[in-house]
Amino acid sequence: MTTNIMIDLKNISKSFGKTTVLENMNLYIRENEFLTLLGPSGCGKTTTLRIIAGFETPSEGKVIFSGKDISDVPPYERQVNTVFQKYALFPHLNVYENIAFGLKIKKMPKEEITKKVTEVLKLVNLSGFEKRGVDSLSGGQQQRIAIARALVNEPKVLLLDEPLGALDLKLRKEMQIELKNIQKRVGITFIYVTHDQEEALTMSDTIVVMNEGLIQQIGTPVDIYNEPKNAFVAKFIGESNILPGIMHKDYLVEFQGVTFPCVDKGFAPKEPVEVVIRPEDIQMTTAEDGQLKGMVEEVTFKGVHYEMVVNVDGFRYLIQSTAMAPLGEVIGMKILPDAIHIMKRGEAS
Amino acid sequence: MRMRKASYPYVLWMLIFILIPLFLVGYFAFTTGNSTDYETFRFSLENFRRFLSPIYLDVLGRSLMLSLISTVICFILGYPIAYIIANKRKAKTRNNLILLFVIPMWMNFLLRTYAWLTILGKNGIINSFLNLLGFESMELLYNSGSVILGMVYNFLPFMVLPIYSVLVKMDKKLIEAAEDLGADRKTIFRRVIFPLSLPGVMTGFTMVFTPAVSTFIISNLLGGNKTTLIGNVIEQQFIYTGDWHFGSAMSIVLMVIILIVMALTNKGGGDLEGGRGGLW
Repeated sequence: MTTNIMIDLKNISKSFGKTTVLENMNLYIRENEFLTLLGPSGCGKTTTLRIIAGFETPSEGKVIFSGKDISDVPPYERQVNTVFQKYALFPHLNVYENIAFGLKIKKMPKEEITKKVTEVLKLVNLSGFEKRGVDSLSGGQQQRIAIARALVNEPKVLLLDEPLGALDLKLRKEMQIELKNIQKRVGITFIYVTHDQEEALTMSDTIVVMNEGLIQQIGTPVDIYNEPKNAFVAKFIGESNILPGIMHKDYLVEFQGVTFPCVDKGFAPKEPVEVVIRPEDIQMTTAEDGQLKGMVEEVTFKGVHYEMVVNVDGFRYLIQSTAMAPLGEVIGMKILPDAIHIMKRGEAS
Repeated sequence: MRMRKASYPYVLWMLIFILIPLFLVGYFAFTTGNSTDYETFRFSLENFRRFLSPIYLDVLGRSLMLSLISTVICFILGYPIAYIIANKRKAKTRNNLILLFVIPMWMNFLLRTYAWLTILGKNGIINSFLNLLGFESMELLYNSGSVILGMVYNFLPFMVLPIYSVLVKMDKKLIEAAEDLGADRKTIFRRVIFPLSLPGVMTGFTMVFTPAVSTFIISNLLGGNKTTLIGNVIEQQFIYTGDWHFGSAMSIVLMVIILIVMALTNKGGGDLEGGRGGLW
């Protein structure tokens, strides 16, 4: 991956009337990267995308595209294309005409348009669909046409606004992989908006977690999952147990009256902290062998694993394991040093 | 075909008020005789032959021409109006503006048309004003122009409403998609908005053309003798001449013409797969 910066958002703020949707946002997006804006609804992720596309102008700040300020450039002059949430295919045009829409506007010769449409249909696995009406297509097929219609214009950046939201789970998983493959093949920047953390983890090179108009954390999927910067990220990406603790010294933390060796350092002696433990990182043991001891209060079968709630002195730990402990049994729990993640107190709120 | 019991009243209604009258009109059209004595009725194509004479064809031609001109004027005026209203941001503004077009329709048709007499007449508002300025009075009434004016005035809402209803329901994302693909405002209108609004335009054309081509009140009041329309001739057959057979034949011909026009406009709209939207 090259490190050239494709898009640079500088101090972007956006308000609608009295509501602030984005607050002093700074973000750069590299060439050829698959970047995901992830967050709950109303976090400003779609607004960010619309600002890049040009459908919204930022109240403050600049959008730099390949070194040029494009804040005032209308959408139809930007070198980006969008895949819309509900596809927004033109109902009065067939598949060919939908895909050719942008090329016809550019006054491309007809033979070239036909060639490009054929190529892009092949890319999205819908060869031979040229003459079909868009209403006759399934949701997944419409989705592919929407992607083809955007890609055929050879944009430098493709914007995708929750494009898989309307598809069923199985199709969504297939499309996730396919989208990632398409991105690798065409080699352009994808900016993807979703509220589905699993989708973000599966596809992205970089994830930007957003909440209430602010960027919470930027990082690779692995970083975001393993090293959440605050409780919001920890809770939003996967499930976690978050509980208060005290950092005795480097590599040693105490919570629930037990000291645990950990891999974090750089805190003041006796500094109060928040401890994050992923449910799959807690090992079940016999009551005697565990570092913590508690009673199983809930058991849910999830297919690949069981999900259990274990009550230890009033704190209910969520744990996931392929083994099952029966309801009401007292079990022990073991937590390895690298499974414990320490966050400063206060970041967690 | 299976019919539910609940549909019987409607079937009965259609039978009494649509099918039987239609049959009667057809029956009269293809017979001749003394209109008050059905025993004298004989099958005949005489009525249609009579209709083919230059006098009547002339009237028919004029009716078609004037209503076509009115429909086109309604479209030219109505489309921008509908477009502007549909693009108002607030739903309340849109509804109020549309209401302005609907309110006159609550008034009696005859009254609305009469009103133009006092505006355009010899001693009407316009001529009084001209006299005041020292100009001679002008003959504003009793010509094709005043009939077209009456048609446009009365039927304009029938053009505005269906176009508006299609435009206001249009998915704004389609416009954004077009913009995203490089279309400027003019191109968006030409390639997306207008084609998608065609079902509304077709409905508008039918809804203006149909009443315009068969009107007799407007031509009666504003048209005078020179601009007799087919509606007037039919009216005469039924009310003054008492020749129901000839009147029915003319009605049938007019009906067929309207059906052909509707089929043509619907075909035009159907090609666009624009089944969505429209007023119906």
